[in-house]
Amino acid sequence: MYKAKILVKRRKSILDPQGKASEQGAKLLGLNNISKVRIDKSIQFFIETSDEVLAKTEATEFCNKLLANPIMEDFEIILEKVNES
Amino acid sequence: MKVKFGIVVFPGSNCDHDAYFSVKHILGYEAEFLWHKDHSIKNSDVIILPGGFSYGDYLRSGAIAKLSPLMQEVINFAEGGGIVIGICNGFQILTESGLLPGVLLKNESLKFVCKDVYLKVINANSAFTNLLNKEILNIPIAHGEGNYFADEKTLEELNKNNQIVFKYSDNVGNLNSESNPNGSVDNIAGIINKRGNILGMMPHPERVCNPILGNTDGTSIFRSVVNSFLK
Repeated sequence: MYKAKILVKRRKSILDPQGKASEQGAKLLGLNNISKVRIDKSIQFFIETSDEVLAKTEATEFCNKLLANPIMEDFEIILEKVNES
Repeated sequence: MKVKFGIVVFPGSNCDHDAYFSVKHILGYEAEFLWHKDHSIKNSDVIILPGGFSYGDYLRSGAIAKLSPLMQEVINFAEGGGIVIGICNGFQILTESGLLPGVLLKNESLKFVCKDVYLKVINANSAFTNLLNKEILNIPIAHGEGNYFADEKTLEELNKNNQIVFKYSDNVGNLNSESNPNGSVDNIAGIINKRGNILGMMPHPERVCNPILGNTDGTSIFRSVVNSFLK
């Protein structure tokens, strides 16, 4: 079985309003050195197969077709083999 | 020919009844609700994807709705040339489905915006605008994620093919940042696909059909659609 950790990141060219709002929050906290805050999405799931290629293919398809919108987001997939539990 | 409107109901749709009321009771066309789990568009000639928060806008607005069984039928219908109107959340569903280019981002102000806006009609020859007798429409918006974005190449295509139908303007048709309520690129408020059978728009024409509300600017959009069948 594989555990997939997905990081969905908004493209740099696209406004990240949550990041922008949080950055303003940092200023209000007096943390004046903080800049370029970006808020991404972290998604986890398991893939019940022992075939790493299949695991990668399914995770990629899931990201391409649903978890990320390729017009505004990029994604990274980290696969980790885990024992059946 | 009697034109029938099918209005899709997703969990979280909240403008479905307004759309139904306007096309059926104000404009007098045939209309039926279509449940998102059904597998048939029930001989509808026009599909309306209404506003709201389908599936709670989970993941991204419109992202889950595109996978519902009925949407597969709507996609087939649209790809075969069937007329589809996506309003607000419906527009978001159309971009997520890949039926229209681009994406709707969070409003630049980061705020939900609910107000009447002016729209300049950019393409008055589409299936959705052929009966418009005004160059500027007054139609309300109500959204938090209506900031239309597309890359340069897509914008070029949209312009080249006359796919931009409405732009946010002021009351005399000036296009500027003051008249842009959400930060949409080039003030874009509504677009059609290249073939011209699918319209996505953030403003709500179904909310301005009833004369007792003092504004009927939305009616000509639905009338245009019916007119396009009669041509």
